[in-house]
Amino acid sequence: MSLEEIKTILVHKFGEGIVIGEEPEGLQPALLIDSDRIAEVCRELKDNPKTYFDFLSCLSGVDYGTDENRFGVVYHLSSIPYQKQLTLKISKVNGRDLEELPSFPSISSVYQAADWHEREAYDMLGIYFEGHPDLRRLLLPDDWDGFPLRKDYTTTDKYYKGIKID
Amino acid sequence: MNIANSKYEEALARYTQKIAEASTEEMVLNMGPQHPSTHGVLRLELITDGEIVKEVIPHIGYLHRCFEKHAESLTYQQTIPFTDRMDYLASMNNSHVWVMGVEKMLGIDKDIPKRVEYIRVLVCELNRIASHLIAIGTYGIDIGAFTPFLWCFRDREHIMGMLEWASGSRMLYNYIWVGGLFYDLPVGFEERCREFVNYFKPKMDELNGLLTNNQIFIQRTANVGVLPLDVAINYGCSGPMLRGSGLKWDLRRIDGYSVYPEIEFEVPIGKGEMGTVGDCWDRYKVRIDEIEQSLYIIEQCLDRLQKELKRTPDFDPRAKLPKKLTPKPQDYYVRGEGAKGELGFYFVHQKKKEFDKEGKERYLDTEIPYRVKSRGPSFCNLSVLPAISKGVMIADLIAIIGSIDFVLGEVDR
Repeated sequence: MSLEEIKTILVHKFGEGIVIGEEPEGLQPALLIDSDRIAEVCRELKDNPKTYFDFLSCLSGVDYGTDENRFGVVYHLSSIPYQKQLTLKISKVNGRDLEELPSFPSISSVYQAADWHEREAYDMLGIYFEGHPDLRRLLLPDDWDGFPLRKDYTTTDKYYKGIKID
Repeated sequence: MNIANSKYEEALARYTQKIAEASTEEMVLNMGPQHPSTHGVLRLELITDGEIVKEVIPHIGYLHRCFEKHAESLTYQQTIPFTDRMDYLASMNNSHVWVMGVEKMLGIDKDIPKRVEYIRVLVCELNRIASHLIAIGTYGIDIGAFTPFLWCFRDREHIMGMLEWASGSRMLYNYIWVGGLFYDLPVGFEERCREFVNYFKPKMDELNGLLTNNQIFIQRTANVGVLPLDVAINYGCSGPMLRGSGLKWDLRRIDGYSVYPEIEFEVPIGKGEMGTVGDCWDRYKVRIDEIEQSLYIIEQCLDRLQKELKRTPDFDPRAKLPKKLTPKPQDYYVRGEGAKGELGFYFVHQKKKEFDKEGKERYLDTEIPYRVKSRGPSFCNLSVLPAISKGVMIADLIAIIGSIDFVLGEVDR
């Protein structure tokens, strides 16, 4: 199952425009997917008998820097029957205002494993996942300010909730 | 006596209904974070109805040490000690996967000397045994058997001693480096290791007699916490959890990284010998069988390290160490079989932007990753807990937690 075949399957099912780009170079080729339809794409890749990508290895949120203001999510899928791996990427340009978080569809209804991974991505990078059943902070306390893995994050120095920090 | 009387059954049903209606008051019970059976600092919020657990809500993050944030400001080599502290019971496996990823990105993964690769596999398998011994020993304690715990720790101490001899540290080794090793094995290590294998094999039989085939233990674990295969895959479970549910899925075989393709070993799976496939006993048994396979792997490594890959005076395990760890801009997801399951690191490497004296932009090679995401096997394995512990007794919940065998250092990172 090559990247080209997977692309054909997706274009056949969802039409042109679902795959907005490709990264064929490098150690792990990746497909860039239309960010609004990632959940449908994952569902199709999981259920299609030709692909069966049934195992979500990893889901990572990435902040691509303060120049571009681009936020992305990278999905590493793996197919147990075919012993294949696939990388999907979605991203969008979004401001750094904490009131307007970059937002992507949640795939936790497709892969339950995404549940905690998406909570972690929200916790660390402030990426919002629409349709997630329980998008609370996972590792940090509920009253934490800001998102630490953003590239513009600065620690709230001196005081934490009115308590002096030395 | 077989009760076939319908009148009696009617009365029994009435009585059961009465009791069921009387006992529907729910209570929230906090288990942890300092509860010994939660294996670290895990807090479980239980919604209980009497002794029945209706829902489990895990709260994690008590051991969060900002691994990913640290990795963004340290070089690849400097981060290795931090990876040791993720799954601190199997540090060698963590740094092995990390190092493999960096070597692959640098393109030097084919140049590593065979002796170095065999030493890596050897220490990783030793550490896997140590990790499984802890899992088995503490599982015994959770269920109420104290002796196996002491026996396991006694044997684990031999492994700790050997790895300390090789690396200088008991648990957090920083032994596997990018492109090589911190140091060659000390003189006499292979002999002592073989001695240990010969000593340890009969001990496993003793342990099996004491715990594995113990009727009390079987009754506490068989048919408890059954994890069906589809649920396991959907939740991203891996390692002994997934194999306990009956799937032969071992990344050492599937990906065949390092020198594992040259080594013979079986992949043990859960067969439902004592109950259902995927119950707590199966997961426990997979670990027992894996210890045996690891011993077999160690013996093969020792054979080669003592014969064709013998120590030579001029052998330098640091010979292939790259002077500069500057990969090309790329991203790469590396995965390997840790003691708990699929351990993965996702690297994003970019050039570093700087301004020179005239204020012009320029992009420089850097040794620091742009972003690292670590996928801990325990993290995903723990997330399945709410799904498989609905409607179990509180005592069985302890058995389920123990059988998952997570390390909070890796869950929280």
